[in-house]
Order: sequence, then structure tokens, then C-alpha cells
Amino acid sequence: MSDECVLETEGLTKEFAGFTAVKDVSLRVRRGSIHALIGPNGAGKTTCFNLLTKFLEPTGGKITYKGRDITSMKPADVARLGLIRSFQISAVFPHLTALENVRVALQRDRGNSFDFWRSKKVLDVYNDRARALLDDVGLSEYADTVAVEMPYGRKRALEIATTLALDPEMMLLDEPMAGMGHEDIDKIAALIKRVSANRTILMVEHNLNVVANLSDRITVLTRGQVLAEGDYATVSKNPEVRQAYMGAGDA
Amino acid sequence: MTAQAITSSAAIDAAKRRDEMIAFAVMALFLLVAPAIIYPFFLMQALCFALFACAFNLLIGYVGLLSFGHAMFLGLAGYVSAHMAKTGAVDIGPLHLHFGPVDPVLAIVCGVAASAVLGVITGALAIRRQGIYFAMITLALSQMIYFFCLQAPFTHGEDGIQGVPQGKAFGLIDLSHQTTMYYFVLAVFLAGFLMIHRIINSPFGDVLKSIRENEPRAISLGYKTDQYKLAAFVLSAALVGLAGATKSIVAQNASLTDVENAMSGQVILMTLVGGLGTFFGPVVGAFIIIAMQNYLAGFGQWVTVIQGAIFVACVLAFRRGIIGEIAHRLGLSL
Repeated sequence: MSDECVLETEGLTKEFAGFTAVKDVSLRVRRGSIHALIGPNGAGKTTCFNLLTKFLEPTGGKITYKGRDITSMKPADVARLGLIRSFQISAVFPHLTALENVRVALQRDRGNSFDFWRSKKVLDVYNDRARALLDDVGLSEYADTVAVEMPYGRKRALEIATTLALDPEMMLLDEPMAGMGHEDIDKIAALIKRVSANRTILMVEHNLNVVANLSDRITVLTRGQVLAEGDYATVSKNPEVRQAYMGAGDA
Repeated sequence: MTAQAITSSAAIDAAKRRDEMIAFAVMALFLLVAPAIIYPFFLMQALCFALFACAFNLLIGYVGLLSFGHAMFLGLAGYVSAHMAKTGAVDIGPLHLHFGPVDPVLAIVCGVAASAVLGVITGALAIRRQGIYFAMITLALSQMIYFFCLQAPFTHGEDGIQGVPQGKAFGLIDLSHQTTMYYFVLAVFLAGFLMIHRIINSPFGDVLKSIRENEPRAISLGYKTDQYKLAAFVLSAALVGLAGATKSIVAQNASLTDVENAMSGQVILMTLVGGLGTFFGPVVGAFIIIAMQNYLAGFGQWVTVIQGAIFVACVLAFRRGIIGEIAHRLGLSL
């Protein structure tokens, strides 16, 4: 792990009418690390995510990705730079099969797909790669199942497979464990650990066990501001963090 | 689940293609022999409306965009093609070109081009908004086109363009002969239908479906979804234009009926009755609605009431539409 920063923000701020959701956040995500963004509900974690991936326009501050200022870029362009996000609510294409879900991502490899006159058979070349990706996340048997019929935990895995199809340099995972049972949590945690090799991951997560086990570095947000930053041991000892999380210093 | 898992996706695709091919063959065969049993003029009208509905379905069924203003493409293409076939005069600003009556095929091409251009302009405005706002923008724009068609000199306002010559396609095929005209229209319809089928089953179509399913996700994968939506909108507009332009040559007139809001509503009805997001649904829906208008004409204003009742029944009882319901019951892909 190097000290080089892949994603960096300076004074990132987002104001909605009369309300500051994210205030002066300076974040430094090191290349190759798993960085977690935690904080109580309403702390601005998801807003922060939306700002980083340009789904929201910041009202102030600067975002740098791989040394490049991406503050005024469009979301699709940011994605094309290898910064791929997931969503809090499982973001699959519900009425496409698992294989088709992954293939839509692999298809990005051809550049734009405006060729409406060509048969989609030209996409068959991606089938093997799509199957390999599904195998990777333990979904081989679901290849031909429509995503909407898959169990919740599997949808999350499918979402990760789809994200991986783009071979992103950096993945932003918005609450990958939200709404999952214990068994699924372990599976997805192991999966995240595995795919983090040669990648940078920034994730929002509520499950502190997962955060403790997975992340190299943690940033705690409250009321839109950075409260603390460091590894789990440091952050978990911080009295202010305990205060914010547990509501009392004695937790 | 297990059965699905065992069957390879190649086999599923093959089965899907087989279903579609059989259904297509049945439809094409029926349409080839139909003029022997059904009044050809009715068939030609129905085919034009069927293509209209299929092109509309391309947007709502496969991109998830509900347009309330698709009549503007049908009507404008109809006027342009009727005008070109009848006078061939182009007077736009300083431009004065008088070709004289042009070949019906060229007239249709002009109509398609006009609708495509209108599609670029209206689409670029409408796709900036989503859901009901998208629908409202298309409605407003089509209302503007309606008033343009009411006021512009070449459309002859309330009178419309009458007595459009059918002429000879490519200077050879005499379209004033009804049977010849029928097979010409059938060829246009089948070409349009197959083109839509191809669009949906192309790499482009897969991206469209992903946008329909989850647009933010498609964006996060790096797709500039606005461009795809605009492309689909223009394709739909051009194909609707093909239907409208052909229709004006068939009916030998172009009138305000085709550009009215009611027509935008009709096409929604046709698509819903037949089955939204199915290949053959809009065709069946169009035939049913046009048949009702023709054969129930004796009931006068009651036709509208009957149509309304059918619409309500469809939405309440079988939302998949006729073909959608059949396909679902039989486990087919139609």
C-alpha cells in the first residue's frame, strides 16, 4: 500500500435550500486501501457519495481523482475514468438475467453502443467473461435467472459482479450490507476483501463489525462534517465518536 | 429455478427466437392472403396504424418513455408526404424549389425526414425531464405542432390536403391499383416492423433496456443515457413518420385528425390493448381499435365510449394486454 492518494476532496460542501448536508469535507483515499465512511443516520454519507460520483453537484470545494480535477464532470464521464459506484438500494436491472446484467457492463468495452442495426449476437463474445464474473461471486447457477427473482443477498453479489465487469480502479460501495442476514454479510465481506486486491474501495457502511474487519482507514462523519479519521483502533477510542454514535461517553 | 439453471441461455435464446419467428411467419402469411377476405383499404389503414403503434411501443415498452404527443410525428409526416406527392413545392424562407409532384417513395422519404428532424428537436427538449414531466413536454410540443398545421399555408388548415395522387413507386409500380398498393404498404409495414425488432435486439437495444430498468445504474456504468434516449426517440419519430407518410399516400389525403391530441391517445390505447413491451401486441391492438372504429361506426359517438370502456377493462383486468396475456399464459415470448 502506498501513501499516494487516488481520490481527494478539499472543502467539499453541499447545501440544499437552508440546509448544509455536507460541510467542508476533506477526504483523502489512499490507493489500494479499503476506506470506510461511517456516521450516524443523516450524517451526509450518501450525499458525500453522490457528490464524489457527480450524481449531485457540490456547492463548494474540489474533487480530485488520480490528480485530475473532476469537480465539474458528468456522472457518466466520471464512471469512464474508472470510478464506479454502487447504490444503497440494490442496483440491478431487474428484468434482465444475471448474465445480461453483467454483459451490459462488459459492453462498455465496445465504447458507445449506438449500432441499432446490428444483431445483439455480437455481444456473445462477452458471454464467457460474464460467466466467469458470475462464477467469481458465486452466482454461476443464476446466470439465466432474471435478477428480480434472485434473493436479496444474491442481488448485491450481482451488483458487485456488474461493477467488477468494468474492472474499476476504484469502487464506491454504498452500504453493501444493508438489509442482509448474517450469512450473506460474511459472504459479501469476503467478496469485498477479495476484490479489493489492486483496487481502491471507499464504502459507506453501518455494520461496525464489517467496518472493523475490512477497512484500513475510517472517516467518521456527523452532521456533514468530518469528526475523526484513522484506523479502527484510533477511531473507536475517540470519545467524540463514541458520543456521536452511542449518545454517551460510557459506551 | 433449477430447470432454468440447467437450461443454457443459448437454448433459451433459441427458443425465444423460434417463438418470434413462428409468430412472425403466421402474421406475414395472414397479411399476405388477407386482402382476399378483408376489405384491402381497411387493411392498409390498419397496417399504417400498426406501424405507428409499434414505433410508439419502441419508446414506452423498451425505453420506458411515455410520449403523449406522438401524433405530431404521424401528422407532420403525413402533411409533408402528401404535399410533396401533390405539388412538390418547397418554399421555406428564401428557398423556392418547385419539383412538381414527386415519386410517392420520395414523398414518403421526405415525410420520414421531416418527422426525424422534428424528433431531434422535440426529443432534445423532452428527455431533459422524466416521467410525467416528459409526457407533459411531449404533449405541449405536439399541441404546438397542431397549431402550426392548422395555420401553415401548405396544410390548408381545416380542409387538409386532398386528392393526393398515388403515382408510381420508383416510377414503375402503379400504386393506384389497389392490390399493388396493398402489397406496397405491407412491404413498408414489414420492413418497419423488422427494423424495430432489430433495434430492440441490438447492442443498442440492450442499453435501452438497461436504461428502462434502472437509469442511474446505467449512468454509473458510464452510459450517457440522454444520448441513448434521444437516439431512441428520433428512431421512434422517424418510424412513426414512415407510418404517417405512407398513410397519407394510401388515403390520398392528410388532415388535422392525424395530428390531434386524440390520435396521441389512440396510439396509447392500441399499445395497451395489444400488450405493452411485446412485439406483436401493438399490431393486434391497432387492428382491434381500427376495426372497432370502422365496423362500429354505426354507433356514432358511442364508439368513443366503447373505446373508453375497453381501455378501463384492459388496465383493470389484464394489464399485460391481449398478446402480453397470451404470451404469459403460454410461457411464450411474443
